[in-house]
Amino acid sequence: MEKIMKKNPAYFALFALPTLIAFMIGFVVPFGMGIYLSFCDFNTMDDAEFVGVANYMEIFSGDETFVHSFWFTALFAVISTVAINVIAFLVAVLLTKNFGGTNIFRTVFFMPNLLGGVLLGTIWKILLNGVLLSFKQTLTTNGVYGFVGLLILMIWQQVGYMMIIYVAGLQGIPDELKEAARIDGASSFKVLTKITIPLVMPSISMCTFLSITNGFKLFDQNLTLTGGEPMHKSEMLALNIYNTFYNRVGWKGVGQAKAVLFFLLVGVIAIIQLKATQSKEAD
Amino acid sequence: MKKRLALILASAMLVSSALCGLTSCKAGGNNGNVDSSKGHVYYLNFKPEQDAQWQALAEAYTEETGVQVDVLTAADGTYETTLASEMAKSDAPTLFQVNGPVGLANWKDYCYDMSSSAVYKELTSESYALKEGSAVYGVAYVVETYGIIVNTKLLGDAGYKVEDIKDFASLKAIAEDITAKKATLGFSAFTSAGMDGSSDWRFKTHLANLPIYYEYKADGIGTTDAIKGTYLDNYRAIWDLYINNATCEPGILSTKTGDDAVAEFKSGQAVFYQNGTWAYGDIAEVGDENLKMIPIYIGAEGEENQGLCTGSENYWCVNNKSSQEDIDATLDFLEWVVTSDKGTTALAEEMKFVSPFKKAKEASNLFVKQDAEYTAAGKTPVDWCFSTMPSEEWKNGVGSALTAYASDPSDATWEGVKTAFVDGWASEVEKTKK
Repeated sequence: MEKIMKKNPAYFALFALPTLIAFMIGFVVPFGMGIYLSFCDFNTMDDAEFVGVANYMEIFSGDETFVHSFWFTALFAVISTVAINVIAFLVAVLLTKNFGGTNIFRTVFFMPNLLGGVLLGTIWKILLNGVLLSFKQTLTTNGVYGFVGLLILMIWQQVGYMMIIYVAGLQGIPDELKEAARIDGASSFKVLTKITIPLVMPSISMCTFLSITNGFKLFDQNLTLTGGEPMHKSEMLALNIYNTFYNRVGWKGVGQAKAVLFFLLVGVIAIIQLKATQSKEAD
Repeated sequence: MKKRLALILASAMLVSSALCGLTSCKAGGNNGNVDSSKGHVYYLNFKPEQDAQWQALAEAYTEETGVQVDVLTAADGTYETTLASEMAKSDAPTLFQVNGPVGLANWKDYCYDMSSSAVYKELTSESYALKEGSAVYGVAYVVETYGIIVNTKLLGDAGYKVEDIKDFASLKAIAEDITAKKATLGFSAFTSAGMDGSSDWRFKTHLANLPIYYEYKADGIGTTDAIKGTYLDNYRAIWDLYINNATCEPGILSTKTGDDAVAEFKSGQAVFYQNGTWAYGDIAEVGDENLKMIPIYIGAEGEENQGLCTGSENYWCVNNKSSQEDIDATLDFLEWVVTSDKGTTALAEEMKFVSPFKKAKEASNLFVKQDAEYTAAGKTPVDWCFSTMPSEEWKNGVGSALTAYASDPSDATWEGVKTAFVDGWASEVEKTKK
């Protein structure tokens, strides 16, 4: 196949072009337009008027909510990444042991992933409010409840997915290695830290990458669970951008500028994080 | 062999894309006798509950005149989003709507001056047009009314008549008496004042209209860049009345939805329910003889003569960026809708709209009739000043503050409402870019 491709570029075009064109239309072009629009004052794309960096200035001078959302989101991303991965890893270790019903449990843990974020937000809103109401409080009484609520929701939803990746990683470890270690007198803890964890490092970097970017990009669950209430206190970056875009007249450019910053932020964090974990991966 | 396979694959792709093209083309036109030389109308409809009726009306018009009319309805709560993306297309809506002066500020560059159009001349009063100077940018097509809907049967059980409620003091006395006798009566005074997104607009927008209306009236203005909050104490009084005499504890209002309030009212758990003409369908089963809409009294001076809150936040605008023939086709379509027998019947009977047009038919909505009775009795309708609220952001701020106050009613938390109302107004006006 490769030979044919090299011999005849027409084949390359035939197979790669449709995807390439779709990628251009669906991603590259809108992305470029988005960056351009962040330097414009606009309502629709036709009437965009170039204003330079005014939109970016506005984020920090005219809007108090963005910085709060940033810290809220960053804290959320860090805590949720740690919590999700620790729990998912433990569950995966447990479910790769030899006992009956592991497949059923894997399915059960994975199920929450099949539900959409909007639905989950609504369901958890009812559940958590049900509990809080007995203390005469609601999820939107203060921002902390919203934060904890989102954390519970995300852990519940994401653990199953990460668990599957870890299970795959754990099953890839040859039994001989562990056996040899045990014969050499290594304790279970030693086996875990010296053999298991280094060997599942690729899964760990994959999962932490996924959960940290998920944490930063969280939108649906945030929208339906608290809607950012009270007073933007539980509003994460994506929802903040959305609200900026639609809730004020003439603020679309500022929303767009926030979105560009958001992209840079998530991109940079993901790259740093990926580099950091990849360097620890065993060859 | 391989070449032939590639050829087959490529042609299969071409055929399938061509098929796609054909089907989408078919979905676009709605029937055979479309004459494309007569222009094209594309209406982006705001009200999902009337989607089917608009589609039918569009089809009827196409059959009669041969002009193609497409109607697209935005899903609930997504009109601005849909409008923004549709407007950017080459085949943009020729007819869309804005919700008042603030919405107009966003879309003014797209609004055709309708001052010489027939549909503007059909209006019963110029006050139903969105004007700037002599230019007419929008024409209201539906007039709505809201107030406090009373279940008169329950009110009778509590020992009162609707006529007993003449002002805020009597409303308060009756509501508090019902609350005192709640255990024996088995119902509350007010339905839950839900602050969930499906219901909070009843308070952060509609109820907030009253203090704004009285302030504008006292100052003799129609809009302002700096609200003073003269009537905020009245706002607090009516909000206190709502939350302390309701079916639920004030602290849990943020979890209550619009459906909750409807359910409570329908099942006879509460006497009073603040909402408008559009809610008639939801609660009609209570029975016309048991339903009466009364003004929302907040204890302002001269409120004995206050009527219901009547106005519009639905204005038709014609896209000035469309081609002239499409603009003409759109204006002709609108004229047909508000003057022809088919159009006026659809507006009044099928969509149940009260339209402010000269040839409009009478709508079969109980609350609309009651509104007319109030006006006939010499009461002054309360204007919809909320269309001058500076932004959604402002409404959300007031809503959050009201929720916070409800969960912990004190002077300190009321300060939060004041700040959101007064300071929030000024800062939102300043932040709105013209």
